Amino acid sequence: MSADTADALAAAGTSQDDDRGRVERAARGVLAGIDPATATTAEFLGACYDAGLAWVHFPVGFGGLGLPAGLQAAADAILAAGGRPDPFLNNPIGVGMAGPTLHGHAGEELRAKLLRPLYTGEQMWAQLFSEPGAGSDLAGLSTRAVRDGDGWVVDGQKVWTSLAHLASWALLLARTDPDLPKHRGLTYFIVDMHASGVEVRPLRQATGQAEFNEVYLTGVRIPDTQRLGDVGQGWNVAMTTLMNERSAIGDSALGRGSGTIADALGLWRDRPDLHSPALRLRLADLWTQAEAYRLTGERARVARTAGPPGPEASIGKLVGAELNQKIYDFCMDMLGPEGTLYDSYDDPADTLQRRFLRARANTIEGGTSQILRNVLGERVLRLPGDVRVDTGKPWRDIPRG
Amino acid sequence: MSSEFAWSTEQVELRRTVRAFAAAASPQEEVRRLMASPLGHDPAVWSRLGEELGVLGLAADEEYGGAGDGLVSQAVVIEELGRALVCGPLLGSVILGATALGALNDTAARAELLPGLVEGRTSAALAAPLHRGGFDPAAVTVTATAHQRAASPDGAATAGYTLRGSVPHVLDGAAADLLLVAATIGGADTDDDDDAVGLFAVNAGAAGLIRESAPTMDLTRRQATVSFNDVPARLLAAAPEAAAVLATTAETAAVLLAAEQVGAAQYLLDLSVEYARTRLQFGRPIGSFQAVKHLCADMLVLVEQARSVAYHGAWALDEGTDDPRIAASLAQSVCSKAFTQVAAMTVQVHGGIGFTWEHPAHLYLKRAYTDAALFGSAETHQERLAQLVLDEAGAP
Ligand SMILES: Cc1cc2nc3c(=O)[nH]c(=O)nc-3n(C[C@H](O)[C@H](O)[C@H](O)COP(=O)(O)OP(=O)(O)OC[C@H]3O[C@@H](n4cnc5c(N)ncnc54)[C@H](O)[C@@H]3O)c2cc1C
Repeated sequence: MSADTADALAAAGTSQDDDRGRVERAARGVLAGIDPATATTAEFLGACYDAGLAWVHFPVGFGGLGLPAGLQAAADAILAAGGRPDPFLNNPIGVGMAGPTLHGHAGEELRAKLLRPLYTGEQMWAQLFSEPGAGSDLAGLSTRAVRDGDGWVVDGQKVWTSLAHLASWALLLARTDPDLPKHRGLTYFIVDMHASGVEVRPLRQATGQAEFNEVYLTGVRIPDTQRLGDVGQGWNVAMTTLMNERSAIGDSALGRGSGTIADALGLWRDRPDLHSPALRLRLADLWTQAEAYRLTGERARVARTAGPPGPEASIGKLVGAELNQKIYDFCMDMLGPEGTLYDSYDDPADTLQRRFLRARANTIEGGTSQILRNVLGERVLRLPGDVRVDTGKPWRDIPRG
Repeated sequence: MSSEFAWSTEQVELRRTVRAFAAAASPQEEVRRLMASPLGHDPAVWSRLGEELGVLGLAADEEYGGAGDGLVSQAVVIEELGRALVCGPLLGSVILGATALGALNDTAARAELLPGLVEGRTSAALAAPLHRGGFDPAAVTVTATAHQRAASPDGAATAGYTLRGSVPHVLDGAAADLLLVAATIGGADTDDDDDAVGLFAVNAGAAGLIRESAPTMDLTRRQATVSFNDVPARLLAAAPEAAAVLATTAETAAVLLAAEQVGAAQYLLDLSVEYARTRLQFGRPIGSFQAVKHLCADMLVLVEQARSVAYHGAWALDEGTDDPRIAASLAQSVCSKAFTQVAAMTVQVHGGIGFTWEHPAHLYLKRAYTDAALFGSAETHQERLAQLVLDEAGAP
């Protein structure tokens, strides 16, 4: 980012003490009223939502307090210390992406209906973006939505859809006009995963598990009230989702030594028999990188304004993904022959070996590392775009495969 | 007290002021003129920084002419001076000298010596081994001999000393008005090095003092080999205080140098991005090639991470929110790597022009590798972190 952006980030960090006090009082109020040890996750998160501490920058009555987003960290610190279950892990696509997208683009009625059960995890969410023919080039997708009376009919196939098998709702990006250039013919919807014509088939991944799915959409009817943004404006809405996805995934752990580095530190602590001088220095290097990553996340949190996260959120996603892989590579090297064992591909335990395999997806999901470097280069540093062969062409004339 | 990374409006304004000053008073032609001059800096510009802008003693206490603002503000200033490669005794006077004097128990010495440095009227240098990532008492090469027994009961403080020995790589040592010297006090009856080291002050004109400028790779930064042949010296801190003062100085220096590394690396990132936007090859800007674009993206990532650890260090030392040893080593290990890598990448992005004498890239490249070696290499600091985080925490 340019120095001017750095200045702006710096200036935005100046916070108002009154507002901070309000947030902190509200957080302590929640903990005084309900005990996370005895309440269910949904009950406790519901209390947080009602107190406006789900997303402090959302309006009052919609899980927020209408305050700067930078103050969320103040609420999170108190609530997390008090034993709050992590709302993001509880419903990652819902809390990390759908919530902010609804906030930015849905009418009051939809928000009133959907945000609370989303935050409590009573309704899980999925993201129907990627397709067999459209991954990095998301705007090239083929799933069609055709106008039909007061609604739409959707046909197509989505893939890599995490949590689709558990989801009540999904974010859907579909093509409404194949004659326009690819970015301009897209429209954004939310879809009821229990609607007829939605078929979810599990996809097995390298770890043996099936966290993601193929989703076939056949004649699925969506009321027009479930459209977010104008017809043809789907790409803009999708940007809100993607930027929030990257900042949610890229959000580093709160405390020193937590997050994935904890696995490497734990292994080091528990297995002195496997120590070597070379591994020791490698772990110190990883720990240093984890700290730089964590502190950059802290800094971004303090600087965050009320607006949606910008492309610089991609820094955290990029660094975190590559760091995870290095951390689990370290664990595998330290485990040596023990690391070559894998308990079961039918129902794998959450071992370091499983985490090592899972980490390979980190640099693919939520935008590949190559795409993220493009985003940093073009959207943050404002370097010129790559030469494109599809610019301005109607989507139907672009080669696919 | 301010929470970490919440820069005050004053600090944002301070950054603007210093950047504007550096642009006006130290454009690159001026840096190049000064690096070829005998002294290596313009004393008038330096004293304007001290007296007019008042930015050389932001971390020093107000009673000694400082601003009492703390290290975060001082780091902002140093970041901007580093960005423009402003020439002056920053290392000797501000990063080391003022820090060491500010940590002394001896308030009389502070009151006498600090204000000159803060105002930029006088300059200092520190002759003490800090290149191993902290103060290393075993590497002290100067001995002090008491030549007169103290008459008063509080002993050493009134004794007179002479110093003997030689110290290489004394930053800003050739022109300094005041030399602060770590010396082993002769005859001290102890096995622990810490308990034998004192910190002494030597005046520029002292008899027996020989200073030889050493030719440096980074021409914008001066070093000297300083030799002491029975040079009269004044004891500022006796053992064990001196070792503690020097350890604190090493931690603070690690963090303040990190800010310089961030400022210079940010400048190189801006320079590279600008070039990648405008240089055309194959009929298009080179920044549109992914190989170049991704280098720039990686530079951005390095700079942003460096900024986070550098300012974490400044806040942590100001507010006591982290183990200062960890915060300092984190800052140096990350920022040294970031600046050297960004400098090397800058040369690459520029191609042949980036290797010429006319282009600024080599000035920063030389600064990057020099900075990385001053107060402990990245590896040295990672070894310290391994001790602090892995060995100590892992010990049963
Ligand atoms: C575990 C996991 C969970 C996922 N969950 C979801 C989900 O819930 N919902 C959803 O919609 N999607 C999901 N995805 C899909 C994910 O977003 C895509 O896999 C990703 O965007 C990459 O698309 P692709 O797989 O088609 O690969 P491609 O786009 O075909 O990429 C193949 C290779 O080409 C490179 N490449 C492509 N274009 C460029 C370019 N312009 N410049 C340089 N290199 C390029 C890529 O970096 C990559 O290395 C998930 C993926 C994984 C692995």
